Amino acid sequence: MLSAGTPVRVRLDWPETRGRCHIRTPHYVRGRPGEIVRHLGDFPNPEDLAFARPAKPVALYHVRFRQADLWPAADPWPHPAGDEILIELYEHWLEAA
Amino acid sequence: MTWREADSATLLAGLRSLLAAKSIASADEIAERIRITDGGGPAQGARMVAKAWTDPDYKALMLADGARAAELLDIPMRGLPPLGVVENTPGIHHLVVCTLCSCYPRAVLGYPPFWFKSAAYRARAVRDPRGLIAEWGTELPAATAIRVVDSTADYRWMVLPMRPAGTEGWSEAELAAIVREGDMIGVTRPRA
Repeated sequence: MLSAGTPVRVRLDWPETRGRCHIRTPHYVRGRPGEIVRHLGDFPNPEDLAFARPAKPVALYHVRFRQADLWPAADPWPHPAGDEILIELYEHWLEAA
Repeated sequence: MTWREADSATLLAGLRSLLAAKSIASADEIAERIRITDGGGPAQGARMVAKAWTDPDYKALMLADGARAAELLDIPMRGLPPLGVVENTPGIHHLVVCTLCSCYPRAVLGYPPFWFKSAAYRARAVRDPRGLIAEWGTELPAATAIRVVDSTADYRWMVLPMRPAGTEGWSEAELAAIVREGDMIGVTRPRA
């Protein structure tokens, strides 16, 4: 179990390039650094559920990202230092950072 | 006539009778679910917000377990995803989006507004949230950070907005009447 404050990085992976899949990890956070906010519970893996395969429960976390870590510095929109994005991510998408 | 040519009412009747014949869902169960779905709407969420504004214990419960807080107000949550509630404060403003599809806390907010599912809202909410909500007239002070909640998985999220000034002494019903759908998504803030 990952505790609050643990720095993580989202796996830089693109399963959709390898075949049919269902993923709940938005593309814009892949490979990006974030921080665990809290464990939200364990839920059947939606990547299996979507294909009616047996789905093991996977730990789901709320993970916080700095907006400035997600978008290019050249964006026409400002990304002030305190602005964040909070996302639910499954443990198998998270790596130690 | 093949199923591809059937009109939607015929298809629906066929689906319902198959669900019943295979003991997947009876007519009564479907009617019950329709009744629950139709009962959802922003007025339900507004009741929760108004109670949280006037009852600190209820607010603590709502932030810890939104579904239980909803059930305390007789909002049916059985069989629905967990409900998370995020609290706006002078230091932080929350905005809810589902970039992957249209996840929405229907039991407490009803059907999502049409723009919630639009590609434009979903794309801009995560990349230009301040510019996006400014189009609703919501200008955040520089000292207020914005936290976008991308509803990607098994929870549904609603915002507990700040109680506006000028509502001192108001009853729960009076307070609930000023809480709008957008206030609980985070595109707007309640006004007295």
